[in-house]
Amino acid sequence: MTRARSAQQPLHPPRARTGAPRPAGGRALRAGVLAAVVLGLLLPIAAGLWETLRAAFGHFPAIGATGPSLSPFAALLATPGLGQAVALSLWTGFAATALSLLLALGLCAVAHARLSGSRGARLLAPFLAAPHAALAIGLAFTIAPSGWIARVLAPLLGWDRPPDVALVGDPWGLALIAGLAIKEMPFLVLMLLSALTQIPLREAMAAGRSLGYGRGLVWMKVIVPQVWPLIRLPVMVVLAYSLSVVDMALILGPSNPPTLAVMLTRMFSDPDIFALLPASAGALVQLTLVLGSFAALLAAERVAGAIGLWWIRAGGRGLTAEPILRGAAGAAAALLALGALAMASLVVWSVAFRWPWPAPLPESWSWRAWRTASGGWDSAVFNTLVLAGLTTAASLVLAIAWLEGEDRARRGRAGWAEALIYLPLLLPQIGFLYGLNVLFLRLGLRADLFAVAWAQALFVFPYVMITLSAPWRALDARLPRAAASLGAGPWRRLVAVKLPVLLAPMLTAAAVGVAVSVAQYLPTLFMGAGRVATLTTEAVTLASGSDRRIAAAYASLQAALPFAAYLAAFAIPALAFRHRRALLGGAA
Amino acid sequence: MTLVLDALTVSPRGGPSLFPPVSMTIAGGEMAAVMGPSGVGKSTLLDAVAGHLAHGFAMQGRVVLGGREVTHLPPEARRIGLMFQDAVLFPHLSVGDNLAFGLARRVRGRAARRAAVEAALDQAGLSGMAARDPATLSGGQRARAALMRTLLAEPQALLLDEPFSKLDAELRDEMRAFTRDHVARLGIPALLVTHDPDDARIAGGAVVTLRAA
Repeated sequence: MTRARSAQQPLHPPRARTGAPRPAGGRALRAGVLAAVVLGLLLPIAAGLWETLRAAFGHFPAIGATGPSLSPFAALLATPGLGQAVALSLWTGFAATALSLLLALGLCAVAHARLSGSRGARLLAPFLAAPHAALAIGLAFTIAPSGWIARVLAPLLGWDRPPDVALVGDPWGLALIAGLAIKEMPFLVLMLLSALTQIPLREAMAAGRSLGYGRGLVWMKVIVPQVWPLIRLPVMVVLAYSLSVVDMALILGPSNPPTLAVMLTRMFSDPDIFALLPASAGALVQLTLVLGSFAALLAAERVAGAIGLWWIRAGGRGLTAEPILRGAAGAAAALLALGALAMASLVVWSVAFRWPWPAPLPESWSWRAWRTASGGWDSAVFNTLVLAGLTTAASLVLAIAWLEGEDRARRGRAGWAEALIYLPLLLPQIGFLYGLNVLFLRLGLRADLFAVAWAQALFVFPYVMITLSAPWRALDARLPRAAASLGAGPWRRLVAVKLPVLLAPMLTAAAVGVAVSVAQYLPTLFMGAGRVATLTTEAVTLASGSDRRIAAAYASLQAALPFAAYLAAFAIPALAFRHRRALLGGAA
Repeated sequence: MTLVLDALTVSPRGGPSLFPPVSMTIAGGEMAAVMGPSGVGKSTLLDAVAGHLAHGFAMQGRVVLGGREVTHLPPEARRIGLMFQDAVLFPHLSVGDNLAFGLARRVRGRAARRAAVEAALDQAGLSGMAARDPATLSGGQRARAALMRTLLAEPQALLLDEPFSKLDAELRDEMRAFTRDHVARLGIPALLVTHDPDDARIAGGAVVTLRAA
């Protein structure tokens, strides 16, 4: 009863019957995700930019200003130190980005084999988890004339009193550059490690070396050009962030004049309400600065590409690249060590009682700072936890819905969608957050926890999405297929197969979300109108205060929350899957 | 129960067909084979039959199973079982729970479902392994567990994507016989994709060779 026809002799003449493409699955899901992203993410940013633009041109009816007029720009230009502030922002932003990128490349060149997979993620987790403000406070304590470094050097150099140099807030912004690099370099390393898994690294290395090029030269001539397109967006994120950071610049940067973003934050908080107008004009300048810097980066990419091609075509096979890469890797390790020292010094200061100079450790210890601080931080701790929980949960749900929508449509991500995810990270926060606040007030929405959560989620969602996307796509596509062939519909496939198998990466993404939320400063300050206190806003305020121990206690707790989240993200899958070998060791 | 592929072909959107239209009729209990060089689209053909075609590919022709056209049904509604090269057991579930995932909803009640899973494990020579982590099974054990999981879903047809190619010679013979016996016993049509002529010969049914269009 068998009839089989070979391909050449069809049973029936092939009918020109287009198997009408089955309606792409999950259309409702994708429409919902798109609506949530447009209404929740895109619209607030666009509206915030619009309000800022109006105020910058003198139109702010709520305070009786009607434009358009150029007087806000005139007032801005008359602000003393503006030019210096702009120059300082550009210098610290570009220097921090270049330093982070070069050191990350060096570290990956030397150590990518040892950092691959979950190991790198585990090693870098503390640096990714540490909030910017806490790290900045710890770094300030460490490099201050009375800090650990000077204390260790004192007996060697015969100092009998703290050296009289201003290392924190130095006019060149070196402390700020170091602080930014400690935070941004690990992020770039993580992005690089993930990019390296997407190129045929081993084969390229083998091919290059068999042609007589040393390991370092293959890295620079073959590997870096391949990974650059994959890390361009993350580098732009680092550049935008470094050019417009506020909390780190407040703590580590010079104060007179400060960077542009700090100067503008002060103007936005000025009791004189009309300072809002030049501040908004300044926000536009900040925005232009960032966009112009992107253009400069892309121009530099072209120039470097041309020079690189010339260099590659010359065919030089010297072995001289290795010392440079080793040096960069060494510097990267030193920077990470400095970061670790900074975090440790927070804890030590928070429990120090008597700590005379130049003793390396306190003479006596005390919980006084923690007792004092815990008397007044109830609402800050509560707000921090609620904000982290709300923003992370909402972001994770939206990210899962987005990725599941892509799966159901069986298509990858369009370029515009990828850009949409990165958008909030590519614009300076100060460029649209105040405008967003104005919009909320005009709509009669109060400056409360909900408003702050919304603003924070603009920055939490992209990081959660970026963290979850790679492992989601790396999921063995045959697992959901096997489930489908067993009769499981799309929802059962998601809930019973995909989500459990992806538990570890989901928890990692959640930990990233918590870390990003806890670290937010400007969204909390602006959208909460100064009335929503979190551990971050309190720590930044206390950083300039006189009691170093209390500031250390706040910053320690601020850092402890994301640390705990990362710890849970590693521990829970290890515990849940202790009898499931295939799912162990993949937590990243 | 008969599986009919009627002038089935696949093309990338706007592109030419990957292979000339395939027409075959596989009777219940028969195990037919599709052969061809790698890259010709054998797995794509299986994807089309099972309903997993990637976005950007269009399918022409019809798939009819037991008189029911399934061409436009989502994969979970086709009742076509799928076996992969690696067993693809769910890594987060125990061996027993993998089988329970597949077990048809028709079997109701905790005790009855448990008994059905135990019976299937016994049949596959996996007695007492219900609580095991699938990662601790040998290759042959995994393949048998995957087949039982597929069969517990009571499919009306079975597709096999090079299911024996990763097993060593002795196990391969054993698995071929095991699979063929089950297909014959259940009386369902089976379609095997392979590049191994032995697989195709031992399958015993019709053989279609794909060539690039």
